[in-house]
Amino acid sequence: MPRREDIRTIMVLGSGPIVIGQAGEFDYSGTQGCRALRDEGYRIVLVNSNPATIMTDPGVADRTYVEPLDVQAAERIIQAEQPDAILPTLGGQTALNLAIDLAEAGVLERHGVELIGADVDVIRRAEDRDLFKECMREVGVPVLDSRIATDLEGAREAADVLGYPIILRPAFTLGGEGGGVALTPDDLEPVVTNALAASPISQVLMERSVTGWDEIELEVVRDRNDNAVIVCTIENLDPMGVHTGDSVTVAPAMTLDDREQQLLRDAAIQVVRAVGVETGGANVQFALNRATGEMVVIEMNPRVSRSSALASKATGFPIARIAARLAIGYTLDELPNDITKVTPASFEPTLDYVAVKVPRFAFEKLTEDRVPLSTYMQSVGEVLALGRTFGEALGKALSARELDARLDEPASVDEALERLRKPSWDRFDLMMWAAARGSTAEQLHASTGVHPWFTHEIVALATAAEGLPEDLAAIDHDQMLDARRRGLTDRDIAVRTGASEAEVGQRRHALGVRPSYRAVDTCAAEFAAITPYYYGTFGTESESTPLDRPSVVVLGSGPNRIGQGIEFDYCCVHAAMTAQELGYAAIMINCNPETVSTDHGVSDRLYMEPVTLDAVLDICQAEQPLGVIAQLGGQTPLRLAAPLKAAGVNVLGTSPEAIDMAEDRGRFGALLGDLGLKAPPWAMAEGEADLLAAAEDVGYPALVRPSYVLGGRAMAIVSGPDELRAWMAKEKPQGLVMVDRFLAGATEIDVDALSDGESTWIAGVMEHVEEAGVHSGDSACVLPPQGIGDDADADVRRQAALLAEAIGVKGLLNVQFALRDGTAYVIEANPRASRTVPFVAKATGVPVVRHAVRLMLGESIGDLGLPAGRAMNHVAVKEAVLPFARFPWADPVLGPEMRSTGEVMGIGATFTEAFAKAQRGARQALPRSGTVFLSVRDEDKPRVAGLAADIHAAGLEIVATGGTASAVAAAGIPVREVNKISDGPPHVADLILGGEVAMVVCTPSGRGDRADGAIIRRAAVRAGVPCITTIEAAEAGAQSLGVDPSVVAPVALQDLVIG
Amino acid sequence: MSAAVIVLEDGMVLPCRSVGAPGTALGEMVFTTGMNGYQEAVTDPSYLGQILTFSAPMIGNYGTGDQALESGRVWPGAVIATRIGDSPGVAGPVGFRSWLIAQGVVAVEDADTRRLVRHLRDHGAMRGGVSTELGAEELLALVREHPPLDDRDLSLEAAGARRSLGDNGPTIVAVDCGMKQGILDGLAGSGMRVEVVPAGTTAEAILALGPDGVFISNGPGDPAACVPVIDALSGVLGKVPVFGICLGHQLLSHALGLRTEKLPFGHRGANHPVQRAEDGVVEITVQNHGYAVVADSLPDGVEVTRTSLFDGSVEGIAAPELLAASVQYHPEARPGPHDATYLFRAFRDRVAS
Repeated sequence: MPRREDIRTIMVLGSGPIVIGQAGEFDYSGTQGCRALRDEGYRIVLVNSNPATIMTDPGVADRTYVEPLDVQAAERIIQAEQPDAILPTLGGQTALNLAIDLAEAGVLERHGVELIGADVDVIRRAEDRDLFKECMREVGVPVLDSRIATDLEGAREAADVLGYPIILRPAFTLGGEGGGVALTPDDLEPVVTNALAASPISQVLMERSVTGWDEIELEVVRDRNDNAVIVCTIENLDPMGVHTGDSVTVAPAMTLDDREQQLLRDAAIQVVRAVGVETGGANVQFALNRATGEMVVIEMNPRVSRSSALASKATGFPIARIAARLAIGYTLDELPNDITKVTPASFEPTLDYVAVKVPRFAFEKLTEDRVPLSTYMQSVGEVLALGRTFGEALGKALSARELDARLDEPASVDEALERLRKPSWDRFDLMMWAAARGSTAEQLHASTGVHPWFTHEIVALATAAEGLPEDLAAIDHDQMLDARRRGLTDRDIAVRTGASEAEVGQRRHALGVRPSYRAVDTCAAEFAAITPYYYGTFGTESESTPLDRPSVVVLGSGPNRIGQGIEFDYCCVHAAMTAQELGYAAIMINCNPETVSTDHGVSDRLYMEPVTLDAVLDICQAEQPLGVIAQLGGQTPLRLAAPLKAAGVNVLGTSPEAIDMAEDRGRFGALLGDLGLKAPPWAMAEGEADLLAAAEDVGYPALVRPSYVLGGRAMAIVSGPDELRAWMAKEKPQGLVMVDRFLAGATEIDVDALSDGESTWIAGVMEHVEEAGVHSGDSACVLPPQGIGDDADADVRRQAALLAEAIGVKGLLNVQFALRDGTAYVIEANPRASRTVPFVAKATGVPVVRHAVRLMLGESIGDLGLPAGRAMNHVAVKEAVLPFARFPWADPVLGPEMRSTGEVMGIGATFTEAFAKAQRGARQALPRSGTVFLSVRDEDKPRVAGLAADIHAAGLEIVATGGTASAVAAAGIPVREVNKISDGPPHVADLILGGEVAMVVCTPSGRGDRADGAIIRRAAVRAGVPCITTIEAAEAGAQSLGVDPSVVAPVALQDLVIG
Repeated sequence: MSAAVIVLEDGMVLPCRSVGAPGTALGEMVFTTGMNGYQEAVTDPSYLGQILTFSAPMIGNYGTGDQALESGRVWPGAVIATRIGDSPGVAGPVGFRSWLIAQGVVAVEDADTRRLVRHLRDHGAMRGGVSTELGAEELLALVREHPPLDDRDLSLEAAGARRSLGDNGPTIVAVDCGMKQGILDGLAGSGMRVEVVPAGTTAEAILALGPDGVFISNGPGDPAACVPVIDALSGVLGKVPVFGICLGHQLLSHALGLRTEKLPFGHRGANHPVQRAEDGVVEITVQNHGYAVVADSLPDGVEVTRTSLFDGSVEGIAAPELLAASVQYHPEARPGPHDATYLFRAFRDRVAS
């Protein structure tokens, strides 16, 4: 069937900020979808609040709105752009929910807009548990016995009927947020309360537990002619009970026989038909009892998903691109297979390799407790590795995670096996540890429920090094080859032999053991692959042939984690595009399937490989690139710059020596002295006595951190020797600790600059809303600065340029300053892309990364034609998005340790407009009526009067506890006093949980009374009301309370005027 | 596990490891892209005279069992894969590797199967050998002496005994040229009484059984050489409804005056898209054939009903006036998708009306 001609403009909904359960995979899907539809000649209007995305680049859509994904913004955009259709299936749960909201609010009808890809009935049938089960029963697909509850009483009655254990899943939430398991009647109340609170419609599904059954997912694509194909079957190693996003998964399914495979295939297609997905992709999840053959469908998503992105990367079949084209009328047989070009998309990919996905967690940043994995997702990222065998792929995937936290080693194998009974984030590391010490596959299976085929493979991998000599020089060719084929990395062999990873690599190369590169081609080599998408293995021929032009390797940023997210992927994708524009072949290396960079359409060659020294060096030696770009993917590639250079690889842009000058505290301190730039006093010391002495010299309050950290890991502000001792006892820092004097009350300034080493262009100066001391990644910031004055603005620009040129930056430099009493102190300088680069690019309209890449490839600042002026007629605010809803036990305060997972941008004519939009984008929409609760620490009390005045002026009421209430009353502003928690009920937390508070401002005090504050803040998170924890953000919020969302105009990036 | 070797007639040599029975196997080198159902695959009689390479990364991950047998024996002379495991499973306690050994089958792993597949794709089907006992040169000499598959009628060798299945519904005679058990189950399961006769049975003998329909099965070898079955078909055409699968489709085509030709490297796998002429719907099908029907000059009354979307080759024909139809692919699946199982019911409906 031809494409639809009755549609001209299509509005595509993005997925908003990166949160747990909804990450860069939707940038990947949405970007593919927008490009596919634009290539078909449609006019694309895009809405997404997340600036760190490729899809919000002004070139991807015709009209790009970085606006909140809410009904008000969407309706204004619909009025302005008059779309004929909305495609809601590429933006995750957020987009589906918005589509439903728009339908229910009558917006679609009012403006005559049609949903394509999935209509409201389909979304409801898939998402509403009750409707879904009814629909499944009608077509005879088995589902779990279940009950819907909307209150605790109903839940108790249902539980009596179902019997324990019971799984609870709130309706309409992301990644299973708010779900849980009740093993006994005693567990029921807290789990039900939590689940009801998480569901926007206060509805929870309770079902018979199938914990321990095997979990299998099928990715189905269907067209309007009722052709349906299974793109991929993904087998979860972790049995039911662990969210699939937190499970280790493998494709193709390894242990299913034909009978089981076809049972699931038939059912999956039946499910998709019954729910009514007519065009596009869907994910169907099954639980399978291998002993009885019993199968039940757990859920289906009528949209592209994290799993579909994984399936696309694992097979080479671009589900989102195909789904977008099916939505506008094509059928599968009319669309070509991207990889072969000669065969159609109406087929099922077949694999001759194994693809293993391993999740990446960040618990070390959030809690000290061992939190078990459960039915709601808690991981923040993932890696994908491909190998010819499962063992090879698993070994690569485990190495690609780049863990910050070391395995907390058990005292004994028995302890390990006991620990394994509760699924934990490190369970596969624990299994490897236990297997290396003699645990059998049967024992591991008994402890974890992981299918014995996999536990056998895990034992084989864990014991693969046993036959290797412990002397590196004694390892011969066959042993080296065998070790690598079994899944050991150079690093594993380094551990075995006591050599360095680089030495193992040299020995391996001397023995002639090098990977060969194989194409991911959807068809197991049955047809020639046109698209070069490769993985490394140890075969007898390589399919990656020499390129006909000079190439540039772009090193990706590895798995998403807190502190290193998709903003770096954005930079890497721009690098590839720029290299291509300049006539080079772009070669991408990355292992993160949730990215645009691992879309095989983005670069000339994609290597799905770990961003580790061994893998990168092997690829460089095979490709012989002109050079490698290591400054755009965050710390992951930056760390490789020096060893790559030592191995003879040309590192483009800022040299490793220059990088070291900025990263080495001693050298950097000396440089600042030479340049006459100020920095807070600092010192480095090791061991308690020296550290205490150093802190005394530097002066308190002091900022302390281990010498190597990412995203502020283990960073803290200590106010005196006692707190310093407590910090040491808790973090047990290894090696040198850095101590900086903390400048309390300073304003933090971020500067992103482009430099060729001789001249420098300032891309953006950002003023942080929160004071220095809150990690810059967690702080809101505004561009252009609103309150620092022209002199300070000019001064930080001058200092950043001085630094860039003194360091010898060729490309990007980010400098952080603390501004106090008119003096700018340099906090740190990073000679690489910072996480603010995409925000700066979107806010200013300057493609900063593209310019940086041209500089790396030899152009000078003067060649780039950069705008001379910097006047903006708008204000852009970036706000961080925090994962606390997912971790209800964590105190949601901000500090030097970064905890946010994503960001949003708000653009407005004024700061308050932009700030209010950013809060809406971050799902912390400021209330326009109701009651604000205030509780501020003593240091903040002098500012509470102004804060309260703004809240009062906006027409909201104020409640406060003791001291804060007195301060507000003293300023003559009406306030209602409420009990502190220690005063007993009804206290403030009751008020919040009772829904009587529309916003909470609760700033943490340095000492004492912490417990009260934490309870209040956690209550706010649970009640889902905005919770502001710094006085600066509270002031910005209070000023923005009066902004009426229905009045503020949406802004298209294409309309921004700069310069 | 000892060293073994694979050679192709053009001189390509691939080292590998023996994990099956010792010995030497010669035959046409073919590959399948199906990812599981390995026991079903190797018991498919259509693999007679061939050596089967699995492109799937790892096979033998679950146990063997009688329900996965498509016939009573293993047909390919040797089995090649990246990894052949020996895991027991729910289906049975015996792993695939042990089962292959018990069946006396030469089996090798750690072969660079992707290179082998790419070679066959680029250079076409050819003879080859696998040996656990000979050197590459000795083996190559044997391979080059081994008769090619072309022009050989293997249907008699692959056919099973005279047997019946099902006890109600219309009676059909199924001509067994190496019939998979799945086909027999598919026919009987659709409500037909099946009388199985071996290839070579004459039209008179078939008609003497008083059938309401005649079915021609899959099987190995060169269709053009299967003259006895083609002759028998010519004798029944127009008298009762006829349905053919795979080799049966090719033999029906010959009987209708079409010809067959050898495909460059065959179709073997469980992901082949086939488009129906009648409504444009695409079925994901299971295939295992090295020859295809040529439709360059269609005789009157014969139409092409199905086409491969991989290479445009003929996947189904019909001669409505002669009550005959056939498909190149395997509606019984086993192993593979069930998209085409309706064809058995459709045949039953034709027979019954």
